Amino acid sequence: MSGKIRLATVWLDGCSGCHMSVLDTDERLIELAQKMTVVWGPYVDHKEFPPDVDVTLVEGAVSSQEDLHKIRMVRERTRTLVSLGDCAVTGNVPAMRNPFGVDAVLQRAYLENATLDAQIPRETIPMLEARVRPVHEVVQVDVYVPGCPPSAELIYSVLSALVEGKEASPRARFG
Amino acid sequence: MTLEELRKIAAAEQQTQQKYGHRVHVCIAAGCLSSHSDLVKEALRKEVLESGMQSDVLVKGVGCMGLCSAGPLVAVEPEGTLFAGVKAEDAAEIVAGLDSGAPAATSCPTDVPFFERQQKIVLENSGKIDPERIEDYIAADGYAALVHALAEMSPAEVIQQVLRSGLRGRGGAGYPTGLKWTTVAKAGEERKFVICNADEGDPGAFMDRAVLESDPHRVLEGMALAAYAVGAQQGYIYVRAEYPLAVKHLKTAIRQAEHMGLLGNSICSTRFSFHVDIRLGAGAFVCGEETALLASIEGRRGSPRPRPPYPAEDGLWGCPTLINNVETFANVPPIVRKGGEWFAGIGTEKSKGTKVFALAGRVANTGLIEVPMGITLREIIFQIGGGIPEGKRFKAVQTGGPSGGCIPEQYLDSPVDYESLAKIGSIMGSGGMIVMDETSCMVDVARYFMEFCKSESCGKCVPCRTGTAQLHDLLAKITEGTATPAELALVEELCDLVKHTSLCGLGQTAPNPVLSTLRYFREEYEAHIAKKECRAGVCQMHASGEVMP
Amino acid sequence: MKTPVRVKTLTIDGQEVGAREDQTILEVARENGIEIPTLCWLAGLSPVGACRLCLVEVRGVARLLPACVTRVEEGMEVTAHSERLAAYRRSILELLFAERNHVCSVCVSNGHCDLQAIAMKLDMTHVHFPYQYPRLPVDASHERFVIDHNRCILCTRCVRVCDEIEGAHTWDVIARGVECRVITDLNQPWGSSESCTGCGKCVQVCPTGALSEKGRSVAEMSKRRQFLPYLTLMREGRR
Repeated sequence: MSGKIRLATVWLDGCSGCHMSVLDTDERLIELAQKMTVVWGPYVDHKEFPPDVDVTLVEGAVSSQEDLHKIRMVRERTRTLVSLGDCAVTGNVPAMRNPFGVDAVLQRAYLENATLDAQIPRETIPMLEARVRPVHEVVQVDVYVPGCPPSAELIYSVLSALVEGKEASPRARFG
Repeated sequence: MTLEELRKIAAAEQQTQQKYGHRVHVCIAAGCLSSHSDLVKEALRKEVLESGMQSDVLVKGVGCMGLCSAGPLVAVEPEGTLFAGVKAEDAAEIVAGLDSGAPAATSCPTDVPFFERQQKIVLENSGKIDPERIEDYIAADGYAALVHALAEMSPAEVIQQVLRSGLRGRGGAGYPTGLKWTTVAKAGEERKFVICNADEGDPGAFMDRAVLESDPHRVLEGMALAAYAVGAQQGYIYVRAEYPLAVKHLKTAIRQAEHMGLLGNSICSTRFSFHVDIRLGAGAFVCGEETALLASIEGRRGSPRPRPPYPAEDGLWGCPTLINNVETFANVPPIVRKGGEWFAGIGTEKSKGTKVFALAGRVANTGLIEVPMGITLREIIFQIGGGIPEGKRFKAVQTGGPSGGCIPEQYLDSPVDYESLAKIGSIMGSGGMIVMDETSCMVDVARYFMEFCKSESCGKCVPCRTGTAQLHDLLAKITEGTATPAELALVEELCDLVKHTSLCGLGQTAPNPVLSTLRYFREEYEAHIAKKECRAGVCQMHASGEVMP
Repeated sequence: MKTPVRVKTLTIDGQEVGAREDQTILEVARENGIEIPTLCWLAGLSPVGACRLCLVEVRGVARLLPACVTRVEEGMEVTAHSERLAAYRRSILELLFAERNHVCSVCVSNGHCDLQAIAMKLDMTHVHFPYQYPRLPVDASHERFVIDHNRCILCTRCVRVCDEIEGAHTWDVIARGVECRVITDLNQPWGSSESCTGCGKCVQVCPTGALSEKGRSVAEMSKRRQFLPYLTLMREGRR
């Protein structure tokens, strides 16, 4: 493989712990940076998700209409889509609202627990989907990296395989 | 009781009946009873009394005559005339016409294929004898086989006749009955049991119910013969509590047989003792699976356990146990009476005898029929069944209930036997036969049966418990028009998983309705998914647009 | 003292092994270092063949057989590992994960869970069946223990240990199909159970975080199961 691969990272419904864990690869990032360019994501400041991305790491589950829109667009523009962490792979904590339904969650968060000006926001934030879904229920996923968060070692092993154009098949447990 | 004494009872009973010039039979089995045949019987009785004909006319309640859709049914012997859809107010006309032979408004022809194409062994007494009178059964050769066997045959000789007959289990799987008996007979233990599986639960099936309601002594006699053959002392009839009339008739029959010394201690003054008790099932379909049935009788939760060991070696309370279905036992007395060869002369090479079917669905004559093995599906549906009503087109016939499959038109000329039905993706099953026309959606039919299996799964093994639930959800999505082709692939994957990894027959066969409809009606599935179209007009499709799960 | 035990020879995954005639395929496989996954099976409890993870192929038998209850036979050729079996086992695990709400990251048994460990061992990368998300209760009425039905896989280890070892039969299963739940006494709060002796064996044998001790936070609930074979051995010795 010639040149650097184009890497993007996406943050859907998650706590950003997976992004933190990527940073936890510490000095190995310098080595990885020889072989990849980060073209989009919370780490960098590009406004538009670019076309022709080699690898996208997706953190978080698909919870809102914005997530849905974003992940479909990302899938179209990405060669290898990686579900990074339990929220992306299983739905994890964000999906814990599913047994109760979205109305109950909004009620609890914005009405019952509000001390001032209780109201359910309808305009300024993206609408929640009826159900939180893991990424692969919405678009095709190529690599699954479980963990909450996945360890830095695991992420490093996956990334170092992907930057070499090799297949990554990480073995790790959920949680 | 000796054969001599038995013949005396039979002769006395026959004489009593022949005294009457007309014997009016009113069906009081569940089908006709549900349209108030009990009132019809009372009205007829009253009418006979009022006309002063009571010494010449006998009104008696009998079991199922088969043409259940036309009930309440009334038959008159010895003329052999039949009246259908009889109401209490029709009694006067029927009684008035007895001597003159004048037809009534409710007259029903009997020279039609529905009656003429049938061959009755199991149902030979059904609709003819009073199920609550043991004398009536004895007059029809009842208990002759038992009394004869106890006096003249060794247990091994009884088994020999059953082996020779080629009889196979009528519960559905078709295991050779004689082989099962041999295994239990060979088992060394002192204590053995005979169990009659009357936990009939397939939707639309009522064969066993009709036999128990119409001719309970036949089943008891079959069980007693089995117990003698295998060396058992105790029998249980595991019958659904939802069959109150069958339970009532069984209780009466057991009491009568015990009273006459045909059940109980030292039967016919021999060393053979056999007691029969009834155990009521609480309506769990899975309790028809033999190991779950055993658990239920033992007072435990009705869930199956892995086999082997088979009940024949390790059954009720660890003892060797023979479990046969109602219809299987009902075939035994005539086999012992007339010999195995006689029975083997009926049917096909590998499927001997007759089979009782509960013919239901979109067919003109719904009801209970008994046909020789090897008859074609076309003959059953279009001759006996009278074809599809309202000029509609035949689409499929479902046999074997939730464990069976849907058979399309191109296989209507297949013979009805265990192997042929299996080859075309269905099973013989216990005898449910549901006919469907163009107004049935095959995806919806598959969804319906999966819903049944999902709610009847005992929940013990993972693939059946969760796999049937997943399958049902996916099939429901297809019928709502919200499924994707990928989800259809998931359906097929789950079918394979549930079929091959489930613990018992319920799970192993639960995918069959889906697999068979996919095999023959795949384009219907695809139309639901790709075009959101249900050609039968059964499924309510969601409007387009994204529908959230 | 007893009748002599016969020895049978068979092969598992091509490996020739010897076994006592009263042994199951699972026992023999494990004695010979051949790993067959199980969830409902536990040494010291009666086997039930319910989880279906230990299904193996036996030459000449059309059906797959559960290794935990299938006795060895002379000349048996057992395949414990094949692509087909691996795929079935993964699917069964996925069905379990999809059935209830197994959220490993916030579970008391995270890192000490049989379900989680087997999923990793069998290379289950994700669940490709739709999650069911049922709404299930948590019963914390007992003074020392909690049952969280969201984590229960209905292996019935708790039911069997309570019945067969403790002799209390506090636990049983209610309802059918996906509606099944383990219950205490006649489906009443655990804390009000009169038959429960509070021995905690059910908690220790539970493979997941469904049964746990109170006061344990995420990943703090590890189970101690060594007592079971010991108890069984002692009882047999007494007989």
